[in-house]
Amino acid sequence: MRKYWQVIGIGVQNNLTYRFNFLARTLFGFIPLTAIVLLWRNIYAGKGSDASVATFTLAQMTSYYLLVTIVDALTAVNEDDWQIAADIKDGNISQFLLKPVDYLWFRFCLYLAGRGTYLTVASIPLVLVTIYLRDYFVLPADSTTFGLFAISVLLTAMLQFFVSYTMAMLAFWVMEVSTFIFILYAFEYIASGHMFPLAILPPVVQDVLSYTPFPYQLYLPVGIYLGKITGVALIKGLLAQAGWVVAAFLMARLAWFRGIKKYAAAGG
Amino acid sequence: MSLKPEAQNPMETNTTSGVRRYLGIYVALWKNSVTRETMFKGNFLLWIVVELAWFALQLGFISVLYLHTEHIGTWTKWQVVLLVGVSHFIQQLFQAFFLINCANLSELVRNGKMDFLMMLPVNTRFLVSLRQVDLGGFVNAGSALAVMIYAGRELHLTLTLPMVPGFLAMCLIGICIHYCLMFSLASVSFWTVKAQGIVYGYYNLFNIARMPDDAFPRGVFKTVFTFVLPVMLVSNVPARLLTDRLTSNSCFLLMGMAIACALLSEWIWRMSLKHYTSASS
Repeated sequence: MRKYWQVIGIGVQNNLTYRFNFLARTLFGFIPLTAIVLLWRNIYAGKGSDASVATFTLAQMTSYYLLVTIVDALTAVNEDDWQIAADIKDGNISQFLLKPVDYLWFRFCLYLAGRGTYLTVASIPLVLVTIYLRDYFVLPADSTTFGLFAISVLLTAMLQFFVSYTMAMLAFWVMEVSTFIFILYAFEYIASGHMFPLAILPPVVQDVLSYTPFPYQLYLPVGIYLGKITGVALIKGLLAQAGWVVAAFLMARLAWFRGIKKYAAAGG
Repeated sequence: MSLKPEAQNPMETNTTSGVRRYLGIYVALWKNSVTRETMFKGNFLLWIVVELAWFALQLGFISVLYLHTEHIGTWTKWQVVLLVGVSHFIQQLFQAFFLINCANLSELVRNGKMDFLMMLPVNTRFLVSLRQVDLGGFVNAGSALAVMIYAGRELHLTLTLPMVPGFLAMCLIGICIHYCLMFSLASVSFWTVKAQGIVYGYYNLFNIARMPDDAFPRGVFKTVFTFVLPVMLVSNVPARLLTDRLTSNSCFLLMGMAIACALLSEWIWRMSLKHYTSASS
């Protein structure tokens, strides 16, 4: 176990080099966030006071996008998938076949270190914006809701990582994985609730989506926090999320073992 | 003296032969890019799929929004679809000519290839900005055009003859604004070397370009993205021209901002070049 703590330490140090990059990223990220919040305000303004869109009030809608930004800062893979794919292509993984370190957990530690560092830097502007928008920021109904939200965020982080890891494994078979990663990312961007709460979609579409891993990559924790997913739906959601985490983990393992058989150790 | 390069002969440096020379160079760069793309055909096609998916996503977002409202500002659904189409059209043409080159600038500085480019007897900015052509961009611009035509039919728009050249001129100005802004941001890489965060940031600016302008209240946000980084003008003004809701003020504003951006980017570029210290040699 100690060796993995070392990996996290190294990961934090490496990531600290890019602290200004992280800050720039968060600050630029606020531009579309502000735009979309203003856009929704305009839509709500046309509907008169105490209007709601698919049970979302204006305050809840504003909080939704803030929470998406926060959960995203906590869980999104930064450059982990590119790095893993590059490691495979350049033959850097050869050393892990010899060392008593599991590559998957090695990368997971680096991912955690990356998220930790990113969050530390990003929390400064995030807190400032939350304070600025405090009139529109809703708190969770009770501490249980917050606890469930935290569990769901943890599962989201694992799901995000395992899915990215599996996608990066494609590098064993194809030269350029970035196109595949981008296609998946495009779907995830809309189907996980990045652009808008999934509740505003027609019910049929929501039903279909609930059978894909996408809503569990972002929408579920935010929906739980805002009290939009409760009772049976909440328990079902968390179970499905856990199921997808296990499935993604197994896929990651399988892809690795199949890939290793084909691996030619280029350059290494 | 046949050893002397032609360009240094004072008889040869008049404008027409200069233009012809640069055109010749640009044709050669095009040929290179075509060869490069044909080497990775599968990848080329997949990237077109990626861009199509993003475009479909934007349109999907608009249709979902309009499930819950009739108007955003003064814009109706099909007007916004037209706007998204115009924005995609401009963005893709910008991408075809300039994006890779701007994004690669920091890499050229980091690995010292900039030295080599500066030594060539050609304007360095010309070479750095136009080295590669992304042919997929033209295909994607075609899909944007198809969406614009479809939205135009839904809106029962009638095109008058002066509209077409006017629209194309505005698109050119828009591409110029995007290029100047992006090039200025990329020039900052001479100082920070790792400018990917800034390049990534530019993608966020594109997001604003496709939003209807009067959805935003008068305030800091709108002022900044109209007068400092004029991305909000780039596709809104031509979309307003097509839907016949253009004021001459915004037309002049677009042109004025384009000139301002061009001057600013040239100034930043020259400052950056002065600051350049060769890497790795």
